[in-house]
Amino acid sequence: MIGLTHYLVVAAILFGMGVLGLIANRKNLIIMLMSIELILLAVNLNFVAFSAYLHDLVGQVFAMFVLTVAAGEAAIGLAILVIYFRGRGTIAVDDANRMKG
Amino acid sequence: MIQAIAFYLFAAVVLISGLMTITSRNPVHSVLWLILAFFNGAGLMLLCGAEFIAMLLVIVYVGAVAVLFLFVVMMLNIDFAEMRAGFVRYAAIGALLAGALAIEMGIAIWGWSIGGIKLDQRIAPTPDKVPNIEAIGHLLYSHYLFVFEGAGLVLLVAMIGAIVLTHRARGGVKGQKISRQVARRPQDATRNMQPPVGQGVEL
Repeated sequence: MIGLTHYLVVAAILFGMGVLGLIANRKNLIIMLMSIELILLAVNLNFVAFSAYLHDLVGQVFAMFVLTVAAGEAAIGLAILVIYFRGRGTIAVDDANRMKG
Repeated sequence: MIQAIAFYLFAAVVLISGLMTITSRNPVHSVLWLILAFFNGAGLMLLCGAEFIAMLLVIVYVGAVAVLFLFVVMMLNIDFAEMRAGFVRYAAIGALLAGALAIEMGIAIWGWSIGGIKLDQRIAPTPDKVPNIEAIGHLLYSHYLFVFEGAGLVLLVAMIGAIVLTHRARGGVKGQKISRQVARRPQDATRNMQPPVGQGVEL
């Protein structure tokens, strides 16, 4: 029988993958943003699994708000990426030092 | 039984596609793998009865966010070969950190599953015999109304921010200047003349 622990393990592995992608793809801002989306998917999976197995709807409501923030974050992040690429001609972030002054 | 098969199928595909998202060479493939991961995550959520969030995931992520990513990937003219340069160097420390995080979460799950943490205080218990969407709707428009409005505000700010950030004033474009049009007076714009017969008007 599938229990809560199964969902939590899947979400934990997915979260770890997101963190790995965030650190390993330092040259590619797009894949870094996608890794953040993976992390948020893992968090949502946790919220929904807890909500379902503890019979409490607040988890699903909160997952919806996480989804909202994730959509806004993707829009703003991609906008920043576009203007960053316009200014520098690359999207590698490991040598981003424009705000150093 | 069928639930277990479906769970393991969805879980395996979501993990494999997550791994392919962060390791594939071409960002377009990455976006497509991300879409697959979201579909299977939605499947996992459907399995535990959260239909609304699952459908929202498909509509918002696959329908909007992933397509936005795809647009940006295809719009920017990026040399993808040099993007991969530091992958191996960073992958070791990344794997270390990710492994540490996963182990920490595993310890948390283990601590929860041996019953050390009490989680039986419910804020909004799931009502019986009410569909998932209806129950969430009742909750969202009563207890969480202001938070819901705040979520709308977050989306509005994100939209305005994205437009302001990417807007570019380009020269040589003939645009409408509404203030000048409104400020124009009839006596400045028209002339009353008496041209002689047969000569016409000099403009």
